[in-house]
Amino acid sequence: MQRFSQRAALGVFLTAFPAMAMAQDEAAATIGDTINDIFAASTGWFVALIFANVPGTTVPWIVGWLVIAAAVFSLYFGFIQFRAFKHSIQLVKGDYSDPNDAGEVSHFQALATALSGTVGLGNIAGVAVAVSIGGAGATFWMILAGLLGMATKFTECTLGVKYRNEYPDGSVSGGPMYYLDKGFKERGLPLGKFMAVMFAIFCVLGAMGGGNMFQANQAHAAISGVVGDYPGWITGVILAGVVFAVIIGGLKSIAQVTEKVVPFMGVLYVLSALVIIAMNLDMVGEAFREIVAGAFTGLGVTGGIIGALIQGFRRAAFSNEAGIGSAAIAHSAVRTKEPITEGFVSLLEPFIDTVVICTMTSLVIIITGQLMVNPETGLYILNDSGGIATVGDTSGVALTAAAFSSVFGWFGYVLAVAVFLFAFSTMISWSYYGLKAWTYLFGEGKGKELVFKLLFCFFVIVGAASSLGAVLDFSDAALFAMGVVNIIGLYFLMPVVKRELNGYRARLKSGEIKKFK
Amino acid sequence: MTTPPIVVAYDGSGAGERAVTLAQTFAESSGAALIVAHVLEWSPYSFLTKEEIEERHKRRKEEMTRAEQALVSPVVAKLQAAGLSVSSDIRFGHVAETLVEIAKASNASQIVIGRIGSSGLGARLFGSVTGTLAQIATVPVTIVP
Repeated sequence: MQRFSQRAALGVFLTAFPAMAMAQDEAAATIGDTINDIFAASTGWFVALIFANVPGTTVPWIVGWLVIAAAVFSLYFGFIQFRAFKHSIQLVKGDYSDPNDAGEVSHFQALATALSGTVGLGNIAGVAVAVSIGGAGATFWMILAGLLGMATKFTECTLGVKYRNEYPDGSVSGGPMYYLDKGFKERGLPLGKFMAVMFAIFCVLGAMGGGNMFQANQAHAAISGVVGDYPGWITGVILAGVVFAVIIGGLKSIAQVTEKVVPFMGVLYVLSALVIIAMNLDMVGEAFREIVAGAFTGLGVTGGIIGALIQGFRRAAFSNEAGIGSAAIAHSAVRTKEPITEGFVSLLEPFIDTVVICTMTSLVIIITGQLMVNPETGLYILNDSGGIATVGDTSGVALTAAAFSSVFGWFGYVLAVAVFLFAFSTMISWSYYGLKAWTYLFGEGKGKELVFKLLFCFFVIVGAASSLGAVLDFSDAALFAMGVVNIIGLYFLMPVVKRELNGYRARLKSGEIKKFK
Repeated sequence: MTTPPIVVAYDGSGAGERAVTLAQTFAESSGAALIVAHVLEWSPYSFLTKEEIEERHKRRKEEMTRAEQALVSPVVAKLQAAGLSVSSDIRFGHVAETLVEIAKASNASQIVIGRIGSSGLGARLFGSVTGTLAQIATVPVTIVP
């Protein structure tokens, strides 16, 4: 019985991916193929630029860029992610919240909302992509990138709050475009405005790519996995309709329901992973050995150690968005007297998202034996495309689904619902980030905002109809382009954060900032 | 030595009115001051959307003003007209816990609160404000039916 349901769940998920290849074989060009071709042709150069290798190596420069930045911030702030970890938890628990401020957004709410924008497909599909190409060792590098990324988040979110715009009606707008602009001006540095505009442009693209098309694409994969294969643009039109209803029609109730269901799906996902890990407790040690061995030997994956490293770093950045600048937009809306407290709270995001949740996904995939290993050599068996052969020849969401379903046969269905909801909530989050960048570029106004929102809905359809490869590449490229501009800004503005940090520390020590609980 | 004040919970309902009426007779006979307390239900652990976060500060102000103008001020004015010494306290939070805090902060002798009278499944499942208050209060509580 268990075997049957397991295979059924596997089967339904499998249909999504071969179907894409099949669609291309068909002579008659469908709407999906046409969109896909135009899309791949028009974004190829951008992708090539962002993912160009460092000359003489096989390392994409952008991956080095993000990791070096995270390492620099970790050193500059004296490993703030470990030193301030306890204080961050106390802030989230409300130990330092003035009871007279009750009714304002709490640190917990700020963290939960920011997390619901990042916890999602990166943790489910992204991790599966990382380990199916980079092997178990990718997990090690992913965790490392997550730990270092905590310092980057700390830096950008503090700046996001410090340089936000506050309007007379009490609402606020913030994010990298504001700190690049105002922060550079304050420090007497040139080009702040130019970088702010560049960031805003990339942010709009990133919102359309990773924040929209990739999500729509995987949502379609999840649904067609359950109901059988059908053209992607149909999912696209339906999803675009729901997104339209929320962001244009003002149907806030849908967003509110999603916002409340998503955390529970997240908890359910983590609990299921924990149960699977607990059931195979004896294999956890072996899984970690495989992770460490893979990290330093590659265990035969394409590109060896570097291949594992790149996959781990790349998917970590895509999942926790540290250095990308999106979190700085989300956190800047929170009302707080101390900008640095938002920095402390936000450093927990890469920890929860990458170090905890991504690691769980990857442990489940490894423990359930999805990656095929040659028993004689102990190395991975590679498939035709250079990735690691998996038990059901799956990748992306389908691989995670196969791993979970091998223990809980019904999990494929839960995961399909989770993927759809995560995708939807990430899309709503990114429509917000994109809109903030858009209004920074073009000014606020109903008409201007409507143009962005309509474009956003259009790209939902494009994303659902495109093949994974083209969408994934463009999504990553657009997101990482945000990181290029943002991190240049962070380097120049990190002394500001240091001043904030020192000031806060002194006031904490003198008792000026006191504990209420 | 002044008589410690009495906290009366007022939410605009009929039960709230009855509580105010009883508190008024207590205050008249003892000479205690009255504190009209109104708590807006709020949890720092609920989930908000990005727009809700952005607008929260504005909404909080609006909610506060509405509670003040539409609910609390008329009652305060009525009690003052009756010759009593009255103040008000409007806060956000868990209703029962916040009432206890208000009583503590003002060294109140007691809390007067009206009950809606729901004894059905809802109250059994979620508990009631008066029930919780009776359990956690640090001063005597008078529950007005």
